[in-house]
Amino acid sequence: MAALADTAAGRAALLEFLLRTGDNTLILGHRVSEWCGHSPVLEEDIALANTALDLIGQTQLWLGLAGEVEGQGRTADNLAYLRDAAEFRNVLLVERPNGDFGQTLMRQFLFDAWHFELLKALQGSTDPRVAEIAAKAIKEVSYHLERSADLVVRLGDGTAESHRRMQNALDELWSYTGELFVGDDADEALADAGVAPSPASLKPAWDAAVARVLGEATLAIPSSGYVHKGGKRGVHTEHLGYILAEMQFLQRAYPGATW
Amino acid sequence: MGALTLPSTDEVWGWLSKVPDPEIPVISLTDLGIVRDVAWEGDTLVVTVTPTYSGCPATTVINLDIEQALRDHGIEKLRLERRLSPPWTTDWISPEGRDKLRAYGIAPPIDGTAADGRLMARVNSLVGGSNLTIPCPRCGSSDTEKISQFGSTPCKASYRCKACLEPFDYFKCI
Repeated sequence: MAALADTAAGRAALLEFLLRTGDNTLILGHRVSEWCGHSPVLEEDIALANTALDLIGQTQLWLGLAGEVEGQGRTADNLAYLRDAAEFRNVLLVERPNGDFGQTLMRQFLFDAWHFELLKALQGSTDPRVAEIAAKAIKEVSYHLERSADLVVRLGDGTAESHRRMQNALDELWSYTGELFVGDDADEALADAGVAPSPASLKPAWDAAVARVLGEATLAIPSSGYVHKGGKRGVHTEHLGYILAEMQFLQRAYPGATW
Repeated sequence: MGALTLPSTDEVWGWLSKVPDPEIPVISLTDLGIVRDVAWEGDTLVVTVTPTYSGCPATTVINLDIEQALRDHGIEKLRLERRLSPPWTTDWISPEGRDKLRAYGIAPPIDGTAADGRLMARVNSLVGGSNLTIPCPRCGSSDTEKISQFGSTPCKASYRCKACLEPFDYFKCI
């Protein structure tokens, strides 16, 4: 079997996948970092900042490899700071506003449970560069998932007020989870080459983990099957523009600035 | 510098064992297990380093510290390489490093838990809490509880000893 990266179409599919993976961690990492200094308690402030740090670190690896595969000399920083919204490939879930602490945690849990399954599969990627990043990242993400699952249970099965907020968060975010499992031609090419799992293949394990934790948390999974999507092909909600305005300002105003 | 005067790699390992970790200065970079290889390529010294956490902000400082230490020992031609695989694990922290951490007030990682699958087993169970008992580094009691999965750096968690009532950092297993 010829390596996927030997053909132009294969390289394009791989680049698309690396941008999607790196943009998911970048945008969620930026979102979570917005809590720094604002969390309800000090320990959670530190936990959120450290989670964001892990995600940004993983972004450097994914987008660094994306730049390498693209072969036009763009670095992870160039890709993060100098692309416009339509070129971003993250799912809509990660650009959702932070809302209250419950919404932030629920978003984290729904993402972590998927992220963990994705990385687990990617450890066996036929592209060794992808497999080694996944093997590194899954160690960090296993702690993210353990923490977010634990807090979803504690707050869901907590006071009447914390339960109400967690249920609201779930209701608000649920229709953004479907996009994680929708594939396209690039996903199919990657799955055929054994580079990445097909998105749909991750769903049974995610469904089971989410059902178990939400059940323990006494939260009801919404019945609506509606799926908001578009992020994976660059069609975003207005929220992404605001994130980029803040994240990219410095490099746009002072190109090449370092410290 | 002629080929005959090149220091041995053992000597270089010895120098690196004196370079402190920038965030936990009681242990050295070799105690931490992040220096993966030291080799000569002709008259160029190649030091291979693996990151602890992918976003660890100390990585840049660590590279600078290694470079500075080796320059101080007269190394002129030097190249630092990053190696991701196999990923760093706390199982690589030396026995001396564990003792130094404990003496400093940080509970060291439980040896072997990354390799034996206990970390993954815990995540796969999702709910139900930790399957590890973390002894208090001050009084030694096993009656401790987790306050937060994350402490002052990504590599640590916050714990509390219910016997001596002191809070402490735990260097978590990855």
